Amino acid sequence: MKERKTEYRWFWVWDFEKEEEWLNEMAASGWVLADVGFCRYTFERCEPGEYTVRLENHAYDETYVDFMRDTGAEPVGRYFQWIYFRKPVEMGRFDLFSDIDSRISHLDRIGKSLAMIGGANLLIGIVNSFGPSHLGWVNLLCATLLMYGLGRIHGEKGKPGERTQTSRIIEVFETGLQDNTAVFFCVCNTFIPPVFIELKGKCDILR
Amino acid sequence: MDENIALTETTYYILLSLYNPAHGYGIMRQVEELSGGRVHLAAGTLYGALNTLCEKEWIIQLPYEEGSRKKEYQLTDYGLEILMKEIERLKELVRNGELVLGGIRE
Repeated sequence: MKERKTEYRWFWVWDFEKEEEWLNEMAASGWVLADVGFCRYTFERCEPGEYTVRLENHAYDETYVDFMRDTGAEPVGRYFQWIYFRKPVEMGRFDLFSDIDSRISHLDRIGKSLAMIGGANLLIGIVNSFGPSHLGWVNLLCATLLMYGLGRIHGEKGKPGERTQTSRIIEVFETGLQDNTAVFFCVCNTFIPPVFIELKGKCDILR
Repeated sequence: MDENIALTETTYYILLSLYNPAHGYGIMRQVEELSGGRVHLAAGTLYGALNTLCEKEWIIQLPYEEGSRKKEYQLTDYGLEILMKEIERLKELVRNGELVLGGIRE
């Protein structure tokens, strides 16, 4: 059995590129990812630079994983909506996306799940603020954070160097849509809690 | 509608390499070979593109071969038509380019 070690690290979902970078730095120094969990990364010994590591937000689906295996990539773990792959460098270049459209649709997938969880938190936060629980603010805080993340993911699309006509059109189209949504939720979350705490004593509905 | 829009390089090469049935990795290798190593198709991009092209019915997924877990795809007649139209369009571009700038090179 190969020598193993575990490291604990926290990455925000919108920093997935930094996470990937770190995993590749580890691989370059002779430790390749072997398993993942909540903030937990298990590495095993490899030749320095033997592997390329990639991670992707993708609903787990056997067909996709089989497809990736067929191209020489080995799935080493998954956590939540993320799948982690590694591929020996000698088997060729390993990228997940090679055009701007698929890169954007990947960011959209991440954005969508952020918006969904963020929206759910907002709703739960509001409901909890009405009820006897004092934890509504936790959800509202989460919602704010997730909406911030959404803004960050959206920002990724406009990164210099990746600006093509398509991305610019999408950007113009979406700036009005997404950024405002994020700002709106953040502003709402800042003001909603005190209002609802006041209301809380008066109405005991929704619980 | 969108049939008149120029194909992306990714789409064009995928369609071209599916003139004969091929599976995912086969497509990647063919595209690289056809383009002399210039176009590198990433696996995630290819997977997404194959699904989209199946939805558009430009390609179909062939029934699984016995004992194989590999999905194979092939160009449909409709897909071939799209490809031919694109080739005509590309020819026009080249023709016009050479018409205007042809003298410069000589």
